[in-house]
Amino acid sequence: MHRCEDVVLHVHELTKVFNEIVAVDRVSFSISRGEIVGLLGANGAGKTTTLQLILGLIRPTSGRIEIFGKDVERHRIEILSRMNFSSVGVNLPPNLTVWENLWLFAQLYAVPRADERVAEVLELLEIAHLRDARTGRLSSGEMTRVNLCKALINDPELLLLDEPTASLDPNIADKVRRLLRRIQRERQIAMLYTSHNMRDIEEVCDRILFLHHGRIIAEGSPQEILDHFRTRTLEEVFIRIARSGEILVGHEER
Amino acid sequence: MNLRRVGILVLRYAFVYRRSAIRLVEIWFWPTMELLLWGYVTLFLQRVGEGALPRLVAFLIGAMILWDVLYRAQQGITLSFLEDVWVRNLLNIFCAPVRLSEYIAATFLFGLARVGVTLLSLAVLAWVLYRFNLFELGYALIPFMANLLILGLALGIITTAIILRFGQAAEALAWAVPFLIQPFAAVFYPVSVLPPVMQVLARAIPCTYVFEGMREVLRTGTFRWDHFGWALGLNALYLAFGIWLLVRMFDLARERGLLGRLTLQ
Repeated sequence: MHRCEDVVLHVHELTKVFNEIVAVDRVSFSISRGEIVGLLGANGAGKTTTLQLILGLIRPTSGRIEIFGKDVERHRIEILSRMNFSSVGVNLPPNLTVWENLWLFAQLYAVPRADERVAEVLELLEIAHLRDARTGRLSSGEMTRVNLCKALINDPELLLLDEPTASLDPNIADKVRRLLRRIQRERQIAMLYTSHNMRDIEEVCDRILFLHHGRIIAEGSPQEILDHFRTRTLEEVFIRIARSGEILVGHEER
Repeated sequence: MNLRRVGILVLRYAFVYRRSAIRLVEIWFWPTMELLLWGYVTLFLQRVGEGALPRLVAFLIGAMILWDVLYRAQQGITLSFLEDVWVRNLLNIFCAPVRLSEYIAATFLFGLARVGVTLLSLAVLAWVLYRFNLFELGYALIPFMANLLILGLALGIITTAIILRFGQAAEALAWAVPFLIQPFAAVFYPVSVLPPVMQVLARAIPCTYVFEGMREVLRTGTFRWDHFGWALGLNALYLAFGIWLLVRMFDLARERGLLGRLTLQ
């Protein structure tokens, strides 16, 4: 059970229907302060739609999303200033330098002492040497870290990460995972994390939500999920969930 | 609307231009080419007509420069939006605490700065090459410009709304929309030369009254307040429609998840 005052994100019976196709189906979950929750599922399971619903970029068909105890529809701008987002599919203007991009976002988020904060996040992600490089000339791994800098620029209380290690080599991916864990420990940021990399999920997430056809069909800590499905790896769970309806029954038995 | 955020978004566009020589050159390149082309065509026509059309240079070059004001204002909004789509930055902007109105205001203000630079350069060049003094229009230049900028804003908003709805497939409209109205708007010729049906259409377009008004000032020195009133009234309607359409399309984009698709497609 989550203590009410610790709940950062609360999603209740969230449903989104696009042209009679149910993308998200009565999804309910909460994330508490300092908790990292993994959102897993095959392509088309509803992960990105769920993230966009939380960001207020998509209007729900029904259900409710509360962030920091406030309704997203009614307090969107206020809420967005206290959270942030990073996606592997989203970029920063390539003509600007890393510093310029981050400084502008710091200003947009009204971050006090923007210069200091930009320097701080660059140090945090170990890319201070890239400050004057144009973002268009960075490798995909470097770009991912710049995107993470942007996501951390306003010291968010809630962070939505859409496949943050997708284009990173194993060494950098490992550093990013450690970094996210460190940030979680030090700053108690709540994170919702999507990834197809099961190693990410096992190492980073406190809790996992498995989405299948828009519904949460399994929920628990990585170990609980493994125990429940009697498998050794989350990858096996992922494949079974993606391929069969058996798991859905398994979840309902829980 | 938070003016601080609008200012930061304007600054962002300024940073992009500062870093891009191609974009900087583009501010001058096309308008200068048009001015050279139209200017020499006009000089040639005047020579062939042996002075029968004494104000031809003023009419055509004045019209070309004022048309550019409208065109650049519309482009300022639409291309800034498209640029964010092309570099896949749109979600970053709309996931930040930025309102749609602040975003549009910033694109318009930056477009306005571009128009100012282009206009001044063209005015100087027109004087050097053709001895055409844009400021011969006197104080009338201010209401003419104001009306053209408002129409540019309205057309920019309408184009952006359509691209938001139909995605990158509709991006050609960014350049096409102004030219859809150009033949009917009596830019380079008076409304009276158009066939009657087209004259009706012409009278429904705000900038028709600006170009008719410009010719009147150059020919007789008289500023037609009725033309100004019609242009302003129609502009108010166009702008109201544009804002309504954009809000409606943004709503639809949120309903159908189009913002994410525009960025992640």
